[in-house]
Amino acid sequence: MKGNGFATVIHFIIKEFQQLKRDPKMLAIVLAAPVLQTIILGYAATFDVNNVDFYLLDRDKSSVSRKYVEKIINSGYFTIKGNTENYEEIENAIMNGKAVIGLIIPREFEKDIENNNGTKVQIIVDGSDGNKGSIAFGYIQAITAAYAKTILLDKIERNGIRVPLKSVNAETRIWYNPELKTRVFMVPGITALLLMIVTTLLTSLAIVKEKEFGTLEQLIVTPIKPWQMLLGKILPFTTLGLIMILLVNSVMIFWFGIPIKGSLLFFFFASLLFILSTLGIGLFISTVSRTQQQAMMVTVFGAMMPMIYLSGFVFPIENMSRIIQYVTYIIPLKYFITIIRGVILKGIGIADLWQETLILALMGALILFLAAKRFHKRLE
Amino acid sequence: MNGIIEINNLHRRYGETVALRGISLRIKKGEMFGFVGPDGAGKTTTIRIMCGLLNPGEGTVRLFDEDILEKRNVIQKRIGYLSQKFSLYGDLTVDENIEFFAEIHNVTDYKRRRDELLEFTRLKPFRKRLAEKLSGGMKQKLALACSLIHKPEILFLDEPTTGVDPVSRRDFWKILADLIKEKITIVMATPYLDEAERCSRVAMFNNGEIITCDTPDNIKKSIGLMSLEIVCKPIKVAYELLSSEINNDIQLFGDRINVLVKSQGETDSILRILNSGNVEVVDRRLTEPSIENVFMNLIKHRKLNG
Repeated sequence: MKGNGFATVIHFIIKEFQQLKRDPKMLAIVLAAPVLQTIILGYAATFDVNNVDFYLLDRDKSSVSRKYVEKIINSGYFTIKGNTENYEEIENAIMNGKAVIGLIIPREFEKDIENNNGTKVQIIVDGSDGNKGSIAFGYIQAITAAYAKTILLDKIERNGIRVPLKSVNAETRIWYNPELKTRVFMVPGITALLLMIVTTLLTSLAIVKEKEFGTLEQLIVTPIKPWQMLLGKILPFTTLGLIMILLVNSVMIFWFGIPIKGSLLFFFFASLLFILSTLGIGLFISTVSRTQQQAMMVTVFGAMMPMIYLSGFVFPIENMSRIIQYVTYIIPLKYFITIIRGVILKGIGIADLWQETLILALMGALILFLAAKRFHKRLE
Repeated sequence: MNGIIEINNLHRRYGETVALRGISLRIKKGEMFGFVGPDGAGKTTTIRIMCGLLNPGEGTVRLFDEDILEKRNVIQKRIGYLSQKFSLYGDLTVDENIEFFAEIHNVTDYKRRRDELLEFTRLKPFRKRLAEKLSGGMKQKLALACSLIHKPEILFLDEPTTGVDPVSRRDFWKILADLIKEKITIVMATPYLDEAERCSRVAMFNNGEIITCDTPDNIKKSIGLMSLEIVCKPIKVAYELLSSEINNDIQLFGDRINVLVKSQGETDSILRILNSGNVEVVDRRLTEPSIENVFMNLIKHRKLNG
């Protein structure tokens, strides 16, 4: 009897919600934590390099050298942390992390420029944080090049040569994220990440909890069927997941002002598909684990860590070694992040993202199928 | 007439370990059937197979004339199971637990039955309490109520009174006695041999086999021995003396010694041995052997016979 079958599922779901209700703190954590985390991570997870601290050793102390330093400070990327007479002090500052950059302007800086001898400034970069160091280095090079150009133009003008100097000029237009803020790029990824963590973790505990308490054994002796139990477990967590999507994305839209440019319907549809795959992974872990502790460890190290590192959320997949790139193909989060970055930032939809969507759907179905199969075996 | 439960030559192994080596059993409707025997003898395995929690290795298990492998779902609607461990939802109330188990058994009209069961188990004042906040005995009674909500025809109890205080144990037995009056068949595994005495029939398990299966009275008679109880002192000396002199089963209980004897003649010779060892016999009496005596005796004989 089909009707009766679903009645059992509904009773099971009611039971799940009764249990959730008994643990309001847990429920609050499940719903509030992702919101708070989105806010905090939204501010924290940024690769933008601003306020690079630097130490200055100006041996020339001329108007030209002062102008050069002014240019650097006015760029907005650098903060001067120390002005020293002593080379060793620069070394120490970089060693102690007080500065990322040490800038040494040689004696005769002004004179050499005036006399057309050419001059060199020394820049010491703390390379231990490679990303920050190289970006800061890039900034300072650009500033120096621009400054050199003005000096050159100045000279040419002073010498009365009025040759129009023309070379290549790149006219750049930045699309989707015109200010190139990493936050705009990161926040959608963070929401996906949090959704993955909460749904996988909760479901991974779902069945193993009943196993640990012995209630699973009790259930097996009743006429309830495996599919009824699985549905009874999945549906409440799907609901919870959808509520989370709403909350977390509200934070993204209203707090960070990152609107969803594409279709909301497609966005929710893709999120639902993604949740199905994370629920599937969680359930699968739950069926293979014997204790909640085991399930937790497997979830963290077997599912969450690889998802975070290999999804393209932190490290661009194109930069990974070939073998690792192949591994990323089995990471559902990779496809979901591609989808939501596309929908949120570029406003593209299923027409462009159908491949990722299809893969996500297939993965979800496959994992759920495996979990169900595994669960079935457990009953025997 | 066939039994309500028919087990034929049942084998089961867990990997290398052999749990059951050919068990055959027929249980009739309305019986209070006891499984006794040491841990690891196969009692729990047999119960779990009958409930459809484990598959049989070899042999057949039929309940209500249906094979458990073929008709598991049909059979499970008609049986109740109470496991060793307290296995209900601690974060649900007494009422909610019963309600949940009623509903997944498709019992929609459960309210009256629930009240009856709560009355019956004297849990009514605690119906709004979370299950995890109940005492051990009450938890067990709640578990029993949950396994009875769908009016099962057979109730399987796997060591239900282990770890339950004596008062609750007595309560529990009263409830079981009432159930038997309602013609429910009960199959119960118990480590307590005194509980076995209350069963209509008992199967003694040892090492994956049933070594004997009969009414408690017949089992006691079957070995053709009497229990000689001797109160004497110094008890230690008496025990050591008898252990070295005779081959009978001897057990030491506080200030008394229990010896299984065949005849009056044996009793006399035992008393003579004690006298010769300067043991003062305070009191002695000849009684029917306990189930425990019989069990020890049977196991010993099996060991001796290979």
